[in-house]
Amino acid sequence: MSVRIYVPQDAIALSLGAGAVAKAIVAEAERRGVQIQLVRNGSRGVFSLEPLVEVETAGGRVAYGPVKARDIPGLFDAGFLDGGKHALGHGLTAEIPYLKQQERLTFARVGITDPLSLDDYLAHEGYRGLKNALALSGAEIVQAVTDSGLRGRGGAAFPAGIKWKTVHATESAQKYIVCNADEGDSGTFSDRMIMEGDPFVLIEGMTIAGMAVGATQGYIYLRCEYPHAHRTLNAAIAAAYESKHLGADVLGSGRRFDLEVRLGAGAYICGEETSLLESLEGKRGQIRPKPPLPAIKGLFGQPTVINNVITFASVPIVMDRGAAFYKEYGTGRSRGTLPFQLTGNIKHGGLVEKAFGITLRELLYDYGGGSYSGRPIRAVQVGGPLGAYIPAAQFDAPMDYEEFAKIGGMVGHGGIVVFDDTVDMAAQARYAMEFCATESCGKCTPCRIGSTRGVEVIDRLVAGQQPVKQEAVLRDLCETMTHGSLCALGGLTPSPVLSALNHFPEDFKRPRVVAAA
Amino acid sequence: MKGQVQEQPLRPMPAARPLAAAERAKVLEVIVRLRALPGALLPVLHGVQDALGYVPPGAVTLIASELNLTRAEVHGVITFYHYFRSTKPGKQVLQLCRAEACQSLGATALEAHVKQKLGVDFHGTTADGRYTLEPVYCLGNCACGPSLMLDGELHGRVDAESFDELVGGAS
Ligand SMILES: NC(=O)c1ccc[n+]([C@@H]2O[C@H](COP(=O)([O-])OP(=O)(O)OC[C@H]3O[C@@H](n4cnc5c(N)ncnc54)[C@H](O)[C@@H]3O)[C@@H](O)[C@H]2O)c1
Ligand SMILES: Cc1cc2nc3c(=O)[nH]c(=O)nc-3n(C[C@H](O)[C@H](O)[C@H](O)COP(=O)(O)O)c2cc1C
Ligand code: SF4
Ligand code: FES
Ligand code: FES
Repeated sequence: MSVRIYVPQDAIALSLGAGAVAKAIVAEAERRGVQIQLVRNGSRGVFSLEPLVEVETAGGRVAYGPVKARDIPGLFDAGFLDGGKHALGHGLTAEIPYLKQQERLTFARVGITDPLSLDDYLAHEGYRGLKNALALSGAEIVQAVTDSGLRGRGGAAFPAGIKWKTVHATESAQKYIVCNADEGDSGTFSDRMIMEGDPFVLIEGMTIAGMAVGATQGYIYLRCEYPHAHRTLNAAIAAAYESKHLGADVLGSGRRFDLEVRLGAGAYICGEETSLLESLEGKRGQIRPKPPLPAIKGLFGQPTVINNVITFASVPIVMDRGAAFYKEYGTGRSRGTLPFQLTGNIKHGGLVEKAFGITLRELLYDYGGGSYSGRPIRAVQVGGPLGAYIPAAQFDAPMDYEEFAKIGGMVGHGGIVVFDDTVDMAAQARYAMEFCATESCGKCTPCRIGSTRGVEVIDRLVAGQQPVKQEAVLRDLCETMTHGSLCALGGLTPSPVLSALNHFPEDFKRPRVVAAA
Repeated sequence: MKGQVQEQPLRPMPAARPLAAAERAKVLEVIVRLRALPGALLPVLHGVQDALGYVPPGAVTLIASELNLTRAEVHGVITFYHYFRSTKPGKQVLQLCRAEACQSLGATALEAHVKQKLGVDFHGTTADGRYTLEPVYCLGNCACGPSLMLDGELHGRVDAESFDELVGGAS
């Protein structure tokens, strides 16, 4: 009997050497004449343990990590093929507290299955949601998604069911399903991890959306910075066609759903839905005014459901276990779970899927273990480059769309970027303006010109040239950008800038000098 | 026009030189393969850049006429997207992450080191033609930064020392 060994194929694991580890395991097994079966799984999302090698034993999967290629002979010597003890061992993977305490619904299979094995997917409850959906009318599917309380996971948190309902109700011979896989926010990778670690769940979710609203064509708009996800998605789509989960006759239902991946080209603004649609049409990614909403006039002028990767990937479990099951998780109007991403200067970075309501402090310290540098955490940016900087005094805020907004924050796509006390918040504010200037689509003046002015004003403010006047100018400029911009890039850039200024005014007063640790 | 800030020199479009026959054949092959797609322009530009490493200005007229677009439209799209380039890159493209999560782990200092070590600014190609340096805003490796991608291969926890090791003796 050959032993099954798991070595992740996820981009993060690869960046930390998983490729060399996999090779070393195969070579060492050959040298010792042991039969093994190597599975390249997704990442479990505990990056301080990556590359995480798992061995399947009678008692369950046993974890070793972070493993380097040079550790492999020692692991064999220690009998790791039978789950033997070793300095890098962590016992049963499922018992690792970081994983055990999570509530993995959307990420239920990630790191567990072989991402490209349809058999594995089916054996782990895959495609049960679609099967249920095919027995329902479009309106009934829309109702189930509405009842689940699922809201858009791309950041704006608009109820998915209501969006689908609009598309369902809009008559048209051609409708589209578009997945926003542009994942432009710094500090986010949950979309990428799903696409690399469980691509079929996204395909299934989009197919259900197609059945719900009567759309026959889907596109995944993927950022070109994700070549690994691109390969995995294409392979998974081919397998889904092969097995009739996609194509002219989805699972013998007589209904068509086609799916194709399209690549972006390095423009942050193309994550905004109307810009994304322009880009899919082969144009410059300039914002279209809303209304009309994409739900009514979207891709090529047709009714279009556009949702984030995680939104679609959360639909299969809703259709499998039922709306009530999903809705039981969460608090207030934030139902279900969110895959939080702990990033930046954090000791145990990774993916933590939890029900809404967990506090920032629990995420940062109970899961994250504090900063990577060992210095005090001074600020965290939540919700991407357009999200506010949150000072330590507010770490007890619960992650709930409405509650977090009360402290001026934005849960967004669940990305959390940690900075220790060496951070210069004036530099971060300047960067926010600079980023806006670099990524502006150029359609409106407050964003295009305002952001460039913003950089100059912050430079003068920090240099101490008439600081009182400069601060007034900066606040005024932010006011204009907030209210005069066509989309959230110009409209929300003031959020990181003003939160930095309001919570960390001392950084804007003089060049910051930090004492050595 | 995209906003201009100091660290981001805008790339002017170099003057169009006629396409060499081999290049022209490759561009045509891409067009023929992809022209039927709805919204074919981005896939075509990706195809051309995959095949040639860049989108030669001399290809604009050909792409425009084959896709029934104006030259201004094609040119406008190429210049809008950071990823498409109009000049031939070095042997390898090095994308260095500049975004917040990597900043929190020292990306700004690494950026200075990289530029100094390679002797180029962003969008520049090293004198020996080995590397073209490009800025990138997040590679989805934000818990293990600073990050960079070298010809599609992701590297995490990069510091000055490991960077020097990665690029070997380049200067
Ligand atoms: N994930 C990332 O990488 C990333 C990057 C940047 C910004 N963001 C997020 O994007 C957010 C802003 O996005 P936005 O400008 O698209 O927000 P929005 O509020 O304009 O729209 C949210 C969604 O709801 C839809 N919608 C609104 N009203 C509707 C109706 N009546 N019927 C049907 N559909 C309706 C919109 O079409 C859109 O899909 C920010 O809050 C930020 O969190 C995410
Ligand atoms: C500047 C900007 C960038 C955006 N980038 C993304 C992105 O990368 N991914 C994403 O899912 N949504 C992004 N959005 C939000 C989309 O416009 C839109 O709200 C989302 O795709 C809707 O899907 P959802 O309802 O499932 O969240 C962005 C919005 C703005 C204003
Ligand atoms: S706010 Fe900026 S990105 Fe948005 S439409 Fe205006 S110029 Fe374009
Ligand atoms: S496109 Fe009009 S300002 Fe640049
Ligand atoms: S911020 Fe650098 S990889 Fe995400």
